[in-house]
Amino acid sequence: MEAKQYIGEGWKHAILIIGAIVVMLPFYMMVSMSLKSQQEIQSISGGLIGAQETQTFPVCVKTGYSEDTCTMKPYQYNYWFAFEKAPIPRYLMNGVIVTLSIFIIQVLVALPCAYALAKLRFYGREFVFSMVLFCLLIPVHGIALPLYVMLAQAGLVDTYSALILPWTISVFGIFLMRQFFMTVPDELIDAARMDGMGEYAIVWKVMLPTAIPALLAFAIFSVVAHWNDYFWPRMVITGNRDLFTPPLGIREFRGGIDSDEFGPMMASIVTVTVPLIVAFIIAQKRFIEGITLTGMK
Amino acid sequence: MGTISLKNISKSFGSTQVLNNLNVDINDGEFLTLVGPSGCGKSTLLRIIAGLEQQTSGDVLIDNKNVNRVRASERDLAMVFQSYALYPHLTVRRNLETPLRLRDYNAFERLPLIGNFSPSKKEKTESINQLVNKTSETLKISELLDRKPGQLSGGQRQRVALGRAMVREPVAFLMDEPLSNLDAALRVHMRSELSELHNSLKTTFVYVTHDQAEALTMSSRMAVMIDGNLLQLDTPQEVYDNPSSLSVAQFVGSPKINIFKGTADSGGTVSFLNVNLKRKSSESNTDLHIGIRPEHLEITNESNENTFSGTVAYRENLGSDIFFHVNIEDGSNKIIVRGLPQFTHQISNGSKVNIKRVSDKALLFNEAGMRVQFTNA
Repeated sequence: MEAKQYIGEGWKHAILIIGAIVVMLPFYMMVSMSLKSQQEIQSISGGLIGAQETQTFPVCVKTGYSEDTCTMKPYQYNYWFAFEKAPIPRYLMNGVIVTLSIFIIQVLVALPCAYALAKLRFYGREFVFSMVLFCLLIPVHGIALPLYVMLAQAGLVDTYSALILPWTISVFGIFLMRQFFMTVPDELIDAARMDGMGEYAIVWKVMLPTAIPALLAFAIFSVVAHWNDYFWPRMVITGNRDLFTPPLGIREFRGGIDSDEFGPMMASIVTVTVPLIVAFIIAQKRFIEGITLTGMK
Repeated sequence: MGTISLKNISKSFGSTQVLNNLNVDINDGEFLTLVGPSGCGKSTLLRIIAGLEQQTSGDVLIDNKNVNRVRASERDLAMVFQSYALYPHLTVRRNLETPLRLRDYNAFERLPLIGNFSPSKKEKTESINQLVNKTSETLKISELLDRKPGQLSGGQRQRVALGRAMVREPVAFLMDEPLSNLDAALRVHMRSELSELHNSLKTTFVYVTHDQAEALTMSSRMAVMIDGNLLQLDTPQEVYDNPSSLSVAQFVGSPKINIFKGTADSGGTVSFLNVNLKRKSSESNTDLHIGIRPEHLEITNESNENTFSGTVAYRENLGSDIFFHVNIEDGSNKIIVRGLPQFTHQISNGSKVNIKRVSDKALLFNEAGMRVQFTNA
């Protein structure tokens, strides 16, 4: 390779690196702040992990713990106090229950719909599909209030149902899976019919396994969106702290007893974010392996 | 038993007529080929037999039972697809088992885990295993049973697809261009294997292809379809020697039959170019199309009233035969003549040659393309 080409490649990498830094910086700040003491955070000193001097934390003492209990290293304190102050495991569990329920029901609804829209011939199919596309255009916030009123009338506010029900039909999921099913050869479906499968069996035993890569892509969209959703849980969970999802839980650290304490707050955010990142890394590997349609041709 | 009767089958998609009042009777144990150029409706006809497509009108009878309202899976037919259509996420063994599991297990036994508690399941599993093993031995795919379709070559996938059709021991096999995704050498090899398989199974085969060579080599009878019409249904030899119309004659045979413009005079005597066939046609005083197959023409040194001349435009050497593409002198036609290598090796592109007829064989067609018979031998 000539020097000129090196420079060309170097430019590309430089730009990519800058982009990566811009994206990574907030995460770096989050992790760093979750490890440092309040003074280090406020004076912006101490690098990534701070000095980690053992000290007594005043907010902890004010909350009613003994000075002995409140004396430890900053990183220990941040994570210990985060878990002490808010029932983070409970919030995480709520997050898992809600996102998984939403995802599973979305798949149960979207797969048969997408199959029908992609592979079955029936009167009005194009119209139904155009309605699906139309629904993609409706912003969630536009219909939030009517939805809330309906849930309130049904007496479902402050329940898991309120968190799950409005999201169970994902037009995006139907659209995405329909586009994927269009690429599945008709012959595969005909073969399944000749073998004696009914249409539902075809959806779950033939289409689902071939659609794993697309389904994983959809899972990432769905789970990330609902795990991180703050707007909707904030609306329908009005009083019951046992139903708080992780983003609502983080709010507990805002304007505490006397001041905002960033250390424990960031510690709780790290705790909430890590499961998602881990899940994404696992899913990404499956993406690449992905079951492809190599049985055909 | 495996007879299939198609009675007055028509099919249209919207306003396009795809099949036009077809009648076919397929005998038990027969290898029937549906052959025709692409878009002639042969695959649609096969899908109607299979029950994957509903005919617009007409009846399908399997073993003399009307199956118009019977679902594809209950017609007891097996189909092999062009793209093999193996389940990509299942191993070869599971691919072969699938049709049997769906047929033999009841709904409860198919349930995961708790299905295993059914007392009759073990016995059924046993028999399924036996059938799968038997079939995979017949097709020599035993060592592939634990692989996924993605790990197989084209020929192996083809065998697995055949196996999946065979395990059920259906009343008839339907094959939709099963060899067209294979490379040329393998295709020729699989032709003979399919014929052998047909001989040993003695089951009805209905085979769709656009390749007239496959139809000629494998079938006991072939049905030539063009534009949704059944033009001729007969043994391959009969279709080749005695095509019922010009389109059939042009479709069957490779290289293509040569068509000359000729005339029948008032006495019915047929002639073309300067050549007099010295035979009489049943229609007189008319223009005719005269078809002569390349193997019935020969390059000769003679020059008389039975020969005509032209210039070699292209010499196609196939080793055993050489085909000469010849432009006829008056510029009307480009024809193909077969020559044997030992006699014609000195002839090259651009040579002027004389051509004569080897045998008396010729086929007559009228202006409408229908066959016209000779009245004398």
